[in-house]
Amino acid sequence: MPDPYSLRVNGVDCEVADSDIAESLLFVLRERLGLTGTKNACTEGECSSCAVLIDGVLTCSCLVLSATAAGQEITTVEGLGDGRDGLSAVQEAFVAEGAVQCGFCTPGLIVAVHDLLEANADPSDGDVREALSGNLCRCTGYGRILAAVNTAAEAKRSQP
Amino acid sequence: MSDVVVARSLDEARGALAEHPDATVLAGGTDLMVEINRGLRRPSHVVGVAQVPELRDWSIADDQVIVGGGVTYTEMMTTPLADAAPALAQAARTVGSPPIRNAGTLGGNLGTASPAGDTLPVLAALNAQIVVVGPDGERRMALDEFVVGVKRTSLRPGELIVRAEMDRPTGRQEFLKIGPRNAMVISMAGLALVADHDARAVRCALGAVAAGIPRARDAEAWVSERIDWDNGAGVDDSVADEFGQRVAAASSPIDDHRSTAAYRRHAIAVLATRALKRAFAQGDPSDA
Repeated sequence: MPDPYSLRVNGVDCEVADSDIAESLLFVLRERLGLTGTKNACTEGECSSCAVLIDGVLTCSCLVLSATAAGQEITTVEGLGDGRDGLSAVQEAFVAEGAVQCGFCTPGLIVAVHDLLEANADPSDGDVREALSGNLCRCTGYGRILAAVNTAAEAKRSQP
Repeated sequence: MSDVVVARSLDEARGALAEHPDATVLAGGTDLMVEINRGLRRPSHVVGVAQVPELRDWSIADDQVIVGGGVTYTEMMTTPLADAAPALAQAARTVGSPPIRNAGTLGGNLGTASPAGDTLPVLAALNAQIVVVGPDGERRMALDEFVVGVKRTSLRPGELIVRAEMDRPTGRQEFLKIGPRNAMVISMAGLALVADHDARAVRCALGAVAAGIPRARDAEAWVSERIDWDNGAGVDDSVADEFGQRVAAASSPIDDHRSTAAYRRHAIAVLATRALKRAFAQGDPSDA
């Protein structure tokens, strides 16, 4: 059993005790910390439904051994909004464009699009497709997702 | 020690492995965590090495590139490393998706030692020396001494992959691979080719078409004598085609869930011909 450890998630320190050695960060986020925005689908890095930022780096949380993430800054989809109930520009754009069907891939996409626009304020269509190449939408609603990325990028660029 | 150690220095990682030589070394997690999540593997102890600064080091000299075991695919794709080892960057670019490339490392690719590990043919073609450290100090070996079978390495208990030291030849480098689509693809056949103008040698290594990572040495020797090294002229089509056939003869592919032996052998010939033409194309190699 790993020693008790602390995860810093969305700016809050969360203690994890009595854990099993095989627990992924995804498991701990959902099952121990109740942060169910991060979705559990393939558990092998194929779908990015579980994408989070770790020290600002886009990562599949299913591929992180939870105890090794102690001391790092973890941001989940719950931590991306502006203010307590506010939506980020990316989230607003997904709503405005109707870029959600079943919604299962949406949190991972939101995190990945945040990561993309942080690095590249004016991505080309190719940049967007490349950045989201690991995010699988089982409803295949990619058209509206790509539209939402463009809308979010424009909104972010027009912010003062 | 705790069952999980997150090493912050090479000494700390070595110490943890000395205490528990059977501990599982965890780098980016892109292979190991899949096995853990599926319940196929249950380590007793884990030593995390993703935050060991010495392993994340890389350096570029005139004739050599050194890449630490903890360097990620994303870092391999980034200048100036990508300019110094272009085939390594091309191989890294074909791995998984952005989050996978942010996590997966060169040392992890070596440690997993899958025939389909995309950086492995590049390391073989660049005459890489793999440097490991363990209880008995440092050992270094060529890739074909390190990878000794399908997912089998010559790592001894308590040893850790530290870095790969590879040639930096003058001349173009190519990495090409075949899979069902561009993203998230495990190689059905892969190939790295390096043109070394100083040594007047072409070097070529193959992925996903044998139990190890074979060099096509007969084909290399044959084609190296047929290159116009002095004038830098392109390669004749007939030479490129025969080179492809000779490279394919160095493969020993199998039928499995990803492809067939016959297709893999065919694909390797096509990739070898294409890589050779690009490596010696006049002007833009992407037109070749």
